[in-house]
Amino acid sequence: MNRRILMTMAAAGLAMASMGAIAQGGNIKIGSVLSVTGPAAFLGDPELKTLQLYVDRINAAGGVIGRKLELVHYDDGSNAATANGFAKRLIESDNVDVIIGGTTTGATMAMAPLVDKAGVPFISLAGGVVIIDPVKKWVFKTPQTDRMAAEKIFTDMNKRGIKKVALLSETSGFGQSGRKETKAVAAKYGIELVADDTYGPKDSDVTAQLTKIKGTPGVQALLVFGLGQGPVVVTKNVVQLGITLPVYQSHGVASDEYIKLSGKAAEGIRLPATAMLVANTLPSSDPQKAVALAYSKAYADKYKEVVSTFGGYAYDGLMITVEAIKRAGSTDKAKVRDAIEATKGFVGTGGVVNMSPTDHMGLDLSAFRMLEIKNGDWVLVP
Amino acid sequence: MLSQFLQFLFSGVTIGATYALAALGFSIIYNASGVINFAQGEFIMLGGMAAALLVAQGVPLPLAVALAVAVVSIVGLLVEKFAIEPAKDAEVVTLIIITIGASLFIRGLVQVFLGKGSHLLPPFSGDTPIGVLGATLLPQSLWALGVTLLIVALLAWFFTRTLQGKAMLATSHNSLAARLVGINTKMILLASFGLSAALGALGGILVAPITNTSYDIGIMLGLKGFVAATLGGLGSGAGAIVGGLLLGIVEAMTAGYVSSSYKDAVAFVLILLVLFFMPRGLFGARVTERV
Repeated sequence: MNRRILMTMAAAGLAMASMGAIAQGGNIKIGSVLSVTGPAAFLGDPELKTLQLYVDRINAAGGVIGRKLELVHYDDGSNAATANGFAKRLIESDNVDVIIGGTTTGATMAMAPLVDKAGVPFISLAGGVVIIDPVKKWVFKTPQTDRMAAEKIFTDMNKRGIKKVALLSETSGFGQSGRKETKAVAAKYGIELVADDTYGPKDSDVTAQLTKIKGTPGVQALLVFGLGQGPVVVTKNVVQLGITLPVYQSHGVASDEYIKLSGKAAEGIRLPATAMLVANTLPSSDPQKAVALAYSKAYADKYKEVVSTFGGYAYDGLMITVEAIKRAGSTDKAKVRDAIEATKGFVGTGGVVNMSPTDHMGLDLSAFRMLEIKNGDWVLVP
Repeated sequence: MLSQFLQFLFSGVTIGATYALAALGFSIIYNASGVINFAQGEFIMLGGMAAALLVAQGVPLPLAVALAVAVVSIVGLLVEKFAIEPAKDAEVVTLIIITIGASLFIRGLVQVFLGKGSHLLPPFSGDTPIGVLGATLLPQSLWALGVTLLIVALLAWFFTRTLQGKAMLATSHNSLAARLVGINTKMILLASFGLSAALGALGGILVAPITNTSYDIGIMLGLKGFVAATLGGLGSGAGAIVGGLLLGIVEAMTAGYVSSSYKDAVAFVLILLVLFFMPRGLFGARVTERV
């Protein structure tokens, strides 16, 4: 009996060892930890679907440097501590060549120290500016930062002559990071924040905060920093209270679902977003038009659902990785890292990416388009 | 000044009505079994989701509401039949943990089959705000509040005037004695789950036009509803209403007059104080347990 167990174990050990050997010379292993369930699921779900879709497509076209891609995926359930555990597993037992993911800033920051220590190229899909500032050797990101969103909004406010702004931010990680960055760059654009209120991501009513803001002397515009469900409640409450101030939302609500849920209340609201949402109306001279349209079509054909900005971040992350592996000619981690850092003129769904040793995101303000909601659709603000 | 105060009050009442509806469901099952049913939040979520999906399919609103309540009641009965009943001799704590498992299970199923997106249910009587002295209130908030009060009145009648209601109360006080006088305690427990699931579903439907609805909305409503129920005194219908409204109004007033960053903190401090000085809640029965 004992002998039998020993032999089984030995056989299993051999099998595992040989599998490991095949993996090293065989597939290119792309690890990912995404928030496919939990509160951030609306971000993580399209991200995973995008990765799966494009890994299949690339493999069908012959793979990269003659090898097939293999996606090793874990779902962190929107929990940063879980993301840390899975990052460890990806590095230590799955031996992945590169990691894409970290849907939220929290998850990314929980994974970053492990990745940096082990030396695995890591492309995050989260927005927080802390991910790339200060620069970490092995950590990159594809989405625009919340600081850029605030700057884009303030640029538009400057054009309209708005000086006094009420800030209403969500108590989620996204909202609080946005609040911090908004406060940090306000003075640079000559904007004074005359109110600074918060609401919870699951609040069913924010009229108390909005009433206070409405009564604030001199207020010229309302800026809401949140994502998902909360901003919809805010939008409806603004109309309920008859507030006529111009309302700005963040890129956190840049999806058709926001318009659908808010209905008429969303009319006239402005927000910064990627080219993805308005791909159809972009002039054909725009370099992003072709990329955004191709991605939208591929995603909609496969999953029969409307494409969101967030899946686009995953597309950009995967494509930057694939390009870098091609240029490096191998999956040597240091060479791939250097190649990612040398990415220049990459046209993605999120913007034109020019990375450098001091900039691990490579996007500028032109990556954001200022959009306005008119007749239930997105319109470019000139 | 007055209009601001009124607006904060309306905001509190709107939030409070949703908490109160959730709290009521906790009270019924607690009354019948001493169990705190943590799947109550999922019943609320299921009600809103079912109604939203039916309306989106073109079913008229009243019919959708009736169907949704019926479907969720059946879910409540199934939870009792397949999760609670097989473990009926276990400790109350074990049963409570089973309800947590049931809630995770329901949430997971909804997430897989109905998706993670938010769903919209149109308001029952339009979304034109009603103006009162410069403050505004949505008609849907009045619906939520009105139906809550109606339900409490019906429940009070049910528990004090009908044989079934009295049997339910008797079972909670002493299940063995209840069985000895001929009460079918098994049926009582089953009925209490069906009833509270129906109530939860109704609550979820009333709240859905205000907050929209998604698979994870039950977590917050369940938690705050539980807090409201404890605040008012577990098992008391009036307590659930007062607890819910009080919690909502305190949150709104804090957000309005102090700072929105503290609104949850103030609410929780209030609960600590109430429980510290009145451990059975504001309306809880004075019970002395023999040790």
